[in-house]
Amino acid sequence: MIVTKTSGDHSILASPRRLLFPWLVTGGFVALVVWSGLGIQVDMGALVGGEGRHQMAVYVKKLFPPDLSAPMLREALVGAIETFAISFVGSLLAVLIALPLSVLTTRTILYRGILYAGRRLGSGEKGFRVGVYASAKAVLNVLRTIPEIVWALIFVFLVGLGPFPGTLALGVHTGGVLGKLFGEVLEDVDPRPLETLRATGASRLQILFYGILPQALPQWTSYALYRWEVNIRAAAVLGFVGAGGLGQRIYISLSLFLEHQLLTLIIAVYIMVTLVDGLSAWLRRRLV
Amino acid sequence: MAPTYELKDLRKVFDDGSVAVDGISLTIEPGEHVAFIGPSGAGKTTLFRILNLTLRPTAGTMRLGGVDVSGLGESELQKARRRIGTIYQQGNLVGRLRVVHNVLAGNLGRWSTTKALVSLISPQGVDVARRALGRVGISEKLYARTDELSGGQQQRVAIARVLVQDPDIILADEPVSSVDPSLAASIVALLRDLSAESRKTLLLNLHSVDLALASFPRIVGIQEGRILFDLSPEKVTPEMLRALYAGDDEAVDIERVNEILSVSGLCRPIRK
Amino acid sequence: MRSSRSAGFADRFGSKSAFPYLFGFFFVISFILSLRLAQVDPRLLVEPAALANLGRFVRGMFPPELSPSFLQVVGPAILETIQISVMGTVVACLLAIPLGLLATSSLTWSGILHERAGRFYQGLWFGPYALSRALLSLFRSIPELVWALLFVRAVGLGPFAGVLALGISYGGMLGKVYSEILEGANPRPLEALHSGGAGRLGIVLYGLLPQALPSLLSYTLYRWECAIRASALLGFVGAGGLGLQIELSMRMFQFNEILTLLGALFLLVAGVDFVSGRIRASLVR
Repeated sequence: MIVTKTSGDHSILASPRRLLFPWLVTGGFVALVVWSGLGIQVDMGALVGGEGRHQMAVYVKKLFPPDLSAPMLREALVGAIETFAISFVGSLLAVLIALPLSVLTTRTILYRGILYAGRRLGSGEKGFRVGVYASAKAVLNVLRTIPEIVWALIFVFLVGLGPFPGTLALGVHTGGVLGKLFGEVLEDVDPRPLETLRATGASRLQILFYGILPQALPQWTSYALYRWEVNIRAAAVLGFVGAGGLGQRIYISLSLFLEHQLLTLIIAVYIMVTLVDGLSAWLRRRLV
Repeated sequence: MAPTYELKDLRKVFDDGSVAVDGISLTIEPGEHVAFIGPSGAGKTTLFRILNLTLRPTAGTMRLGGVDVSGLGESELQKARRRIGTIYQQGNLVGRLRVVHNVLAGNLGRWSTTKALVSLISPQGVDVARRALGRVGISEKLYARTDELSGGQQQRVAIARVLVQDPDIILADEPVSSVDPSLAASIVALLRDLSAESRKTLLLNLHSVDLALASFPRIVGIQEGRILFDLSPEKVTPEMLRALYAGDDEAVDIERVNEILSVSGLCRPIRK
Repeated sequence: MRSSRSAGFADRFGSKSAFPYLFGFFFVISFILSLRLAQVDPRLLVEPAALANLGRFVRGMFPPELSPSFLQVVGPAILETIQISVMGTVVACLLAIPLGLLATSSLTWSGILHERAGRFYQGLWFGPYALSRALLSLFRSIPELVWALLFVRAVGLGPFAGVLALGISYGGMLGKVYSEILEGANPRPLEALHSGGAGRLGIVLYGLLPQALPSLLSYTLYRWECAIRASALLGFVGAGGLGLQIELSMRMFQFNEILTLLGALFLLVAGVDFVSGRIRASLVR
């Protein structure tokens, strides 16, 4: 949108629509916030003053001190390692799922763009490829819109309790998320090296491996590592629905009103998450 | 009246051991116009950052208007900084802001936070900004986005901001080095005229030797953190300049300098 | 790994070449151990019981439950989810702005703004800086669902607990990213303002915020997109919204209701993504 410059003092005499848009959006957001606040009857007064704060203080006192007895610590350690394993395998499974799906949802690999210039696809074959593209995109959407915890419920229903359904849930959901992100990277690939490869007579598959993938790998690794940070948090809570790890143990402590144990487990979650965050950041520095 | 600046044996050593300023003593009286020249890396920028109270010297004393600055607390330092206006070679302004806000930012030293916030929505004292921009010749750009202006225009906006700030001292660290050379002389002249009008002290770092010699009544040559000479321009000889810039990659055009030195009436008369 | 190579190899590549081997080694070991610990057993997926359940599940989903009485439950749940996400993000911002500012080292004790300040003054500001960084780390490292659990216990069931849980955990994330964005700003305009006697807040208003605002807003909108997904789930622990309904339907094995709820979630997420995406695109001007 161009700012129309006129002579004289007011060189911001932009089109009225441009000036209106930010105000409209801001007004809309303010209205949204007010409506939401009223809907939840957020009693900020009760929160900051008297009642709410008192309730929270009472509960916090119940949590301390954390239960640091040997059996509890071992339980927390086992839970932490299990959670780590869930997030690790889950993330790898996600990458495995995302790789083929991301390729299938990149139009510039399937039927358009540099790889197909100067070559006309028959309408039947093109229709088939468009169909493949659409189905793969639909699959990705389903995978990533259904939240991990719902997937966990589904897999617990299918294969029973324990860390395995948690791993599957993470893998499937994150596979959808990464599939979309990986696909975006593929679409944004620099076409110039591809042209060079084509000029030397490389086949489409060769161009994929020698031109597209090397460009995509650094960003893919970065996304996968970043997603691992999200997954460790998810892995910790999937246990609420029976999918193992620290989450399952937290659920048990809550149900039995064992607050001190609960605090120990929460501390374990904190340590685990901080560890993986650090590991992920370090790996991103070294590998990318 | 006390001198504006009184420097005695000023030294600045950085954490990596490099000595940027190595024993500088200097006195500058109120209302003086002084040009600093010297090769790059000679310590001129560091000196200016000490002068505008951004850096603390490692050793030596500096008196500002007769007051020793080393004893000043943070809030007093802030008050002192209000009296010093600095123009840098680049990066004075925020591109995304409109020119009017960048100019009015000169008031930040005296505005309350509330007023500063309000002004971002509804500019306070637009006339002052407009007049300042008029003095530097670009009043029509009042509401333009700053990054839409050329380099020379942006430097003028920076000068306008200093006018709004209305300090007693103006420091300009290579203000025209990133500007089209054809505009450099006019910007330097503008600074001199504005300072003379309100009797402000003007200290300028200049890369261009001929511009310095042609425009300023006092030239200080700095080399490796020390003052090599401190003279009026007619006393500056080509040998001194060669010695000053010896070893500097960007050779000084000695011929050009000779041309200027040979012309009588070195300092451009100040407009009354 | 580098045992019996010729001296030339080690000379040419130096000690850096050990890293990929070490990394690969640990990676493989971790993978195998994790497979065991996570009790990964793909055979379970193709057992008759699992396949039968799968059949039950898929058949049970269609057709989706669209009766008016059920939709009357879904509608308010959707609205509540939106409200939780909005208020949660608002609370998160309110927390993140002060904490994020304090957690910015270039504002509090390091960098050109503090070159001249005495060691004492710098030390004075380091405390709040470190404290706010620690708080932000604590807030964002505990998953929202765990916070929701705690708040439900503390202030009772309902969306309020969800708002608080979102507010704290997202506040931690927003605060950290805010401070990173602020630290990455060009310091020269800040030095220019500082040298003219502007105070810290003046420098923030006229130097930092104009530079950083588009990125700050963009990330905050992205967090809202995440919040809408998270709000749907907080219901699992009693904090209201669609999640509560999904859990109920799952418990009662009403798969057709789940399909409707998931469909509603899908539309909700798509809507928020669309709005947020348009606004973020217009910010890049």
